[in-house]
Amino acid sequence: MPFGNTHNKFKMSYAAEQEFPDLSQHNNHMAKILTPDMYAQLRDKETPSGFTLDDAIQTGVDNPGHPFIMTVGCVAGDEETYDVFKDLMDPVIEDRHGGYKPSDKHKTDLNAENLQGGDDLDPNYVLSSRVRTGRSIRGFCLPPHCSRGERRAIEQLSIEALDSLEGDLKGKYYALKNMTEEEQQQLIDDHFLFDKPVSPLLLASGMARDWPDARGIWHNDNKTFLVWVNEEDHLRVISMQKGGNMREVFTRFCTGLTKIEDLFKNRGHEFMWNEHLGYVLTCPSNLGTGLRAGVHVKLPNVSKHEKFGEILKRLRLQKRGTGGVDTAAVGGVFDISNADRLGFSEVELVQMVVDGVSLLVNMEKRLEAGEAIGDLMPEQK
Amino acid sequence: MASSFTRILSSKRNVGILSLVGGSVAAGFLLHREHVTAGEPLRRRYPASAEYPDLRKHNNCMASNLTPAIYAKLCDKATPNGYTLDQAIQTGVDNPGHPFIKTVGLVAGDEESYEVFADLLDPVIKERHNGYDPQVMKHPTDLNATKIQSGVFDERYVLSSRVRTGRSIRGLSLPPACTRAERREVERVVVDALSGLKGDLTGKYYSLTLMTEQEQQQLIDDHFLFDKPVSPLLTCAGMARDWPDARGIWHNNEKTFLIWINEEDHTRVISMEKGGNMKRVFERFCRGLKEVERLIQERGWEFMWNERLGYILTCPSNLGTGLRAGVHVKLPRLSKDPRFSKILDSLRLQKRGTGGVDTAAVGGVFDISNLDRLGQSEVQLVQTVIDGVNYLIECEKRLEKGQDIKMCSSGSNVPNTHLAGSGSVL
Repeated sequence: MPFGNTHNKFKMSYAAEQEFPDLSQHNNHMAKILTPDMYAQLRDKETPSGFTLDDAIQTGVDNPGHPFIMTVGCVAGDEETYDVFKDLMDPVIEDRHGGYKPSDKHKTDLNAENLQGGDDLDPNYVLSSRVRTGRSIRGFCLPPHCSRGERRAIEQLSIEALDSLEGDLKGKYYALKNMTEEEQQQLIDDHFLFDKPVSPLLLASGMARDWPDARGIWHNDNKTFLVWVNEEDHLRVISMQKGGNMREVFTRFCTGLTKIEDLFKNRGHEFMWNEHLGYVLTCPSNLGTGLRAGVHVKLPNVSKHEKFGEILKRLRLQKRGTGGVDTAAVGGVFDISNADRLGFSEVELVQMVVDGVSLLVNMEKRLEAGEAIGDLMPEQK
Repeated sequence: MASSFTRILSSKRNVGILSLVGGSVAAGFLLHREHVTAGEPLRRRYPASAEYPDLRKHNNCMASNLTPAIYAKLCDKATPNGYTLDQAIQTGVDNPGHPFIKTVGLVAGDEESYEVFADLLDPVIKERHNGYDPQVMKHPTDLNATKIQSGVFDERYVLSSRVRTGRSIRGLSLPPACTRAERREVERVVVDALSGLKGDLTGKYYSLTLMTEQEQQQLIDDHFLFDKPVSPLLTCAGMARDWPDARGIWHNNEKTFLIWINEEDHTRVISMEKGGNMKRVFERFCRGLKEVERLIQERGWEFMWNERLGYILTCPSNLGTGLRAGVHVKLPRLSKDPRFSKILDSLRLQKRGTGGVDTAAVGGVFDISNLDRLGQSEVQLVQTVIDGVNYLIECEKRLEKGQDIKMCSSGSNVPNTHLAGSGSVL
């Protein structure tokens, strides 16, 4: 249970106006949507596991936000959060996911055969390719709200399932609290190790409680398929390799995910999923596919072009530095990935990345040669 | 008038139904352990053994005392406000601690925490406060500053003098657990009372949310402004939620009496001035505290206090008097003497750097203050500091002249502080 929130019924002795947070300095989706009336309507509700409105919004109250980057400002404590608090969640989702309506249906497509091309991104430019998503195990509370017992049960289930993987997916689990120094260093060198969260966005939601209990990393022997257990979500699943063969990365991603899902089902567990929201994860920004497919790509010339931002926008792509979110690009190398998560299938999103990066690399080559790129400008996708 | 809400405690099989109104008479009655009932029991999917935290790498008082059996006994309980054991210990689970410095590792979410979770809190209190047993002992409160003797230090050595404590408003949850409305109520009650202070205590409130840039800079220059906590010990306990809502600083016009609102406790009360007149600092401290108490009582409120634990604060380390009386004192020679730490120990004093806890001493200037909080009165603790610091200055002077420190046998320069550690140096 998240810290600090006394039993919800006790708060009812105060009027809603007395409890309503001061959001006057705030710039996040929750703050833009949560009115005093909505707060009054929702504040006496709880999900079956006891997650409350105040639990959901604490992170958004504590982190007023950035003038340029609009954070979400609320999290889910369990699957039912998206239903019990739909009056808040639906508009947040609509704002965050480009107008996605409560009546819209999300398409899931994890058939890598449906991807066209993607195996020939120029490795002189595309240094590495990666696809990640998250999965939540139905019936368990999510990281902001889970108890130690639940978190450990999730870890145990995950280890059992992952241990059954075979072939090129065969691998090993490294629990954060049992790791040796050598194992830790190797995982850092492989860029696999995740740290205790330091971002106040995550800390304020209660996700880092009891660290490092029941947290760990699993990866296959080939170091191309990796699962994080109990970080920001129950599971984060990552497929990656050097070079530009996004097709291979995505194929392994789909195969691995599908196998893992089967292994969980064999043990009587399924992933949280529904036809409106797709895969259900802790942060509303990761609903739908939860998928971020990206490359590290050298674009020293294109990135300086005045239309770079516009090009990315039209391609439905976003840029990050090579350290991940909130970092700077180094040496003209950018992390380019899909901007969307919900309302497009996995195949569609990876297709956008493959096609978009291909175009960007062509533009880069043109600019290198001193040629113009005006005729290559894309339409808005 | 009394506080504006009523809490109904639900009954469990063999405990009666109690209703608590506003927190005056009933509260005292309530605090006898067998009458304090837990709130709604928690929904648990897993047995206690599956939920018990992994404390193998931990070095704090909570970890030393929370056995699986105690956890199993308490993990289903909640205070009437709904505060639970897991919430109380979260900070200690998340912060394994330091090999040298043993932190407490748990907090109280409300006054009732000390009752409902007594099976854990009593041994923690005993460990932290030198064997003080809340089940059988009584804590003396004494805010009569006239009893202080020779409290004016040599100002060639003592640069400043300060006394601080905390006070909690009975009937409202403590910072780890309070709701926004409760926190705002604490602010309202205290600010309202402080506006009644007169004479040298007349002052003004600066809310953190409303203060101007100039006000903020002035408060920083005066060393009054407190920041949003960054220590994970505090943030993991939930004390920084909703920052900076309902937080602020009040100080008198003379800048010698200062109150922090809703930082780590409901209130922190500080009396300070440059120089060595600790007697006057303590006199103002006592006078100010009593006046504030009178003003809140006029409005139907009171401080959390009982005769077993004294003043109730968020951290068990601050129970009793919650008092830290200290000076910034120049001891460049003595501090380099290998006997320095032992001397401090036997005087029941501790040293800190001049930036406060967890900082280093600069230029041989140390923050020297009392170690103890519970089991001795305010007057006793301040006298301990006065006598101890006078002795330290004597030592420094002797070293300046090239003489050795005069190690006093018991009964001479330094009076017996009754729990005088190992009694080795003296």
